[in-house]
Amino acid sequence: MKTASLSRWLLLGEWRAHWVQVMVALIAITIGVAMAFSIHLINTAAFNEFSAANKSLSGQSDLQVHGRKGFFDESLYPLLANTEGVALANPVLELDIAVPDKLQNRNDHKLKIIGIDMFRAARISPDLLGLPAEGKTLDRLASDTIFLSPAAMEWLQVEQDDLLQLHAGLETITLRVAGGLVRARMGQRIAVMDIGAAQWRFQQLGLLSRVELKLQDGINHAAFKAKLAEELGESYWVAELADQETRVANMSRAYRVNLNMLALVALFTGSFLVFSTQALSVIRRRQQFALLRVLGFTRQQLLRQMITEGAILGVIGSVLGLSLGYAIAVLAIQFLGGDLGSSFFPGIKPSIYFDPLTAWIFFLIGLMVTMSGSIMPALEAARAKPALALRSGSEDAAMSKLSPPWFALICLSLALLFTQLPPIFELPVFGYLAIALLLIGGIALMPRFAAWVFSVLLAKWRHARIGAVSTLALARLANAPNQAAIALGGILASFSLMVAMAIMVTSFRVSVNDWLGHVLPADLYVRAASLGDQGGFQSDAQKAIAELPGFDRVDFFRTQQLILDASRPEITLIARPIDQADPSNTIPMTDDMMAPAALPEDLAPPIWVSEAMVDLYGYSVGKKVSLPIGATSNEFLVAGVWRDYGRQFGAVQMQLADYQKLTGDLSVNTVALWLQAGMILDEAIENLRRLPFGGALEISKSGDIRALSLEIFDRSFAVTYLLELVAVVIGLLGVAASFSAQTLARAKEFGMLRHIGVMRRQIFAILAAEGGLLTALGLVLGFVLGWGISLILVFIVNPQSFHWTMQLHLPWGWLAIIAVIMLVSAVLTALLAGRRAVSGNVIRAVREDW
Amino acid sequence: MNSKDTVASSNRLELCNITKAYAEGRKVLTNLSYTLNAGEYVAIMGESGVGKSTLLNLIAGLDTPDSGEIRINGIAISSLDDDAATRLRREQFGFIFQAFHVLPHLTLSQNVALPLLLNGVATDRVEQMLEQVGLQGRGHHFPRQLSGGELQRVAIARALIHQPKLVLADEPTGNLDPDTAHEILQLIRAEIKANDATAILVTHSHAAAATADRVLNLTKDGLHPVSAQ
Repeated sequence: MKTASLSRWLLLGEWRAHWVQVMVALIAITIGVAMAFSIHLINTAAFNEFSAANKSLSGQSDLQVHGRKGFFDESLYPLLANTEGVALANPVLELDIAVPDKLQNRNDHKLKIIGIDMFRAARISPDLLGLPAEGKTLDRLASDTIFLSPAAMEWLQVEQDDLLQLHAGLETITLRVAGGLVRARMGQRIAVMDIGAAQWRFQQLGLLSRVELKLQDGINHAAFKAKLAEELGESYWVAELADQETRVANMSRAYRVNLNMLALVALFTGSFLVFSTQALSVIRRRQQFALLRVLGFTRQQLLRQMITEGAILGVIGSVLGLSLGYAIAVLAIQFLGGDLGSSFFPGIKPSIYFDPLTAWIFFLIGLMVTMSGSIMPALEAARAKPALALRSGSEDAAMSKLSPPWFALICLSLALLFTQLPPIFELPVFGYLAIALLLIGGIALMPRFAAWVFSVLLAKWRHARIGAVSTLALARLANAPNQAAIALGGILASFSLMVAMAIMVTSFRVSVNDWLGHVLPADLYVRAASLGDQGGFQSDAQKAIAELPGFDRVDFFRTQQLILDASRPEITLIARPIDQADPSNTIPMTDDMMAPAALPEDLAPPIWVSEAMVDLYGYSVGKKVSLPIGATSNEFLVAGVWRDYGRQFGAVQMQLADYQKLTGDLSVNTVALWLQAGMILDEAIENLRRLPFGGALEISKSGDIRALSLEIFDRSFAVTYLLELVAVVIGLLGVAASFSAQTLARAKEFGMLRHIGVMRRQIFAILAAEGGLLTALGLVLGFVLGWGISLILVFIVNPQSFHWTMQLHLPWGWLAIIAVIMLVSAVLTALLAGRRAVSGNVIRAVREDW
Repeated sequence: MNSKDTVASSNRLELCNITKAYAEGRKVLTNLSYTLNAGEYVAIMGESGVGKSTLLNLIAGLDTPDSGEIRINGIAISSLDDDAATRLRREQFGFIFQAFHVLPHLTLSQNVALPLLLNGVATDRVEQMLEQVGLQGRGHHFPRQLSGGELQRVAIARALIHQPKLVLADEPTGNLDPDTAHEILQLIRAEIKANDATAILVTHSHAAAATADRVLNLTKDGLHPVSAQ
């Protein structure tokens, strides 16, 4: 009980005396936990809602049968319905249909329409049954009616009995809104029609998207699934609900993990702040602890005292962080949506749920991070020999034990090793570890590096008359680098991460910009709403466009979704004219490609695959692969690898002629048009609009597509910038707290200097010089560290997460601005801290003497 | 005002009717008057709390009297602004503290050279000064490598390196053993005399006071001479 009282006195006494430092450390932990927790809550809510929305479309089916391509012949349905063991088969046609009024929003202009058999759906997915007006039950079977979810009604701004116009290929279809889907999830934008009506109105006669199966009781699902898959062959795949969930999870996993990692950066930076607060507290109380040891306080009691102090900070900071994080998540999801503006989870409206287990985990993370910042200083406090610690002047030597060089070298070596290791579960786990180790190693090396640099400077200038201010500042930095470097831990961490992110984002943006230039060579792009498995432009429409005056060149593109692996999202097939002589004129190739002359003739047609295909499906140049293109699967030769920043789950390009030869499908989805010299863009658009089907065309200028793509890019990274800003603010708070603590601890030194004739402004100059020089060195080292981290981000984390590579670009101007801002902030912080120190009574500062 | 002008070579220190009270109102010095001539080395003794340290602070220009004046060569210190008072201390004063106040991150040479650097003059004398205080060849050492007595030698070297006209020492041997204290006091005296400086030593120790030319006892009635032991 007595020990507990002493412990409380010590804690309260320290916190009362240095409440600013304690508050700053608390704020850092709070913000760190809040950012990490809020990002997790938002991601989880968005993912769960997205997953639930997908699940709700599947109803209570046990298995689903899909085609490798988007659609398959409905003749499969009776076969499945009559298969032994199947209790109920429910055919479904699912279409993403363009809404004319929403065409301006290129990435969000489609309405999901589900065609169902009302009688079967009532037993397997009752949530999809529309609620017609009273007495109009037959509207559910009518060919001109559609039922909309509340979110879809709101989005389309229609009510019951309103007419709704939709595009199917080049035709416009008018449907009557017969009622609502009252059990649709909040924010879920879907529509339901009778399957026969949907097939007819959207020209998909005889086609289905999937058949949902309800199995008879007692049937072994796994065995049935395996047997059915074998019987159906490779043109189909049979999936369980779990496969569907895995697929949905795979779609956004890399995005979610990366955002979570970024959020943890703030917490990581905060831990440096706790470390510096605790380390400086140990320095400051070194003599006090020594006295306690002399009076009978054991090493264990001292260790416990320090760890308890850290733990209390951690508990308070984590609890506050959880509350703040929850509030941020609620606000962010309300104003930015579940994907924080990045369009990753479209068409859903998630809500934040407080999960006690998750909160407990984040509480523990906050606590552990805080305690890890306390343990090293606590060990040093406990290890210190009382007789030595009672003497002043040994503080810096003591702190040097906190950053032994072997520790830094081990961290840096491990970081190097980890950069060579492959991803785990398709996530760059070793890449992230390498970044953390690089940071820790770099920061641990900082005191020695600072000592070396400033010693060299001091020695170099020894014979030059640099004055008392410079001598004092340089001597302190050279001979007491550990205390000074502690102040820089947070700023070094945040600046290096900011540099790394800036280089990565710039490299990515410049690469995307160059890529857009390569993939959008034409002046205009025209799309038509797809017709299920068919492209929107049939031969006659293609001919009409090709014959329009004013165009130099017209290319037709056929795109299609293919499923190669049931647990992964679809890949995209792009069939188009590709320059035979040099495919890199058409496709943004990497260096990994076969020379066109080396392509064997009369063998499998060549395809060019995106980098994701290499990572996810093991494709490589020269390899022959089988793709479900044509009536059956065909063999193709991988002729090259190209960069694709548009589709992270994989894409394949092939000659349009090869595609048409194999499939007999002459329809296309997109037309690229090059203007003749002198032709005005708007005039060309007018010509297109005057075509008989002109109203159904989605016409985009390449410049607009490019601008929109970059806008989406910037919006996606807005959260990144915000999190980086938070990390930097925490870093600056760290500098403020550390400088302030150190300056106050140096009151005696300043008191003595004032006695012997150092002016107030000279003390400010000393502090400014120390702060400036140290920060400048920190910025240089931070830049080097950040550059190293950016290499890991650009060449390891990004390719392993999103399966695309990029070229390195450094935003020199932006980095210089940030460096100057940080330098000025650090100097001002040092000056502010100094103001408090020199405003104190000079006599009191040395009063143990006088 | 240039501090060079304020102190002429005579270095006469006049305390004229000095009165000073603590913040809570308790008076420590009342109408204190005394004149110290150039080259004099006096020791001030007195009970704890009588105002010895306060008197040193006032003389150093670090504190101001409630009434009365402290004049150095006829110039009132209280008339100097902070910069001028600082320059005066820098150029003409030397300080020796009880707890040494040697900067831990500076080498001995750098610590001793501080007043020279502040005054913008060459630091050639540092090695010689260290030799004078018995620390020859140790200029590159750091304070943590020194004993208490050695640290005080560094402080003395620093106080005298720039040949100040007035040295203020407060209990300079308060933290030292009797033998080391004796050595240090002899050193202070020798150095002060060698520099022809005026010096005030505040102490509780009769042995320390005995090294001064004159010993004064500070009471609430003022400064009174004590006969030498």
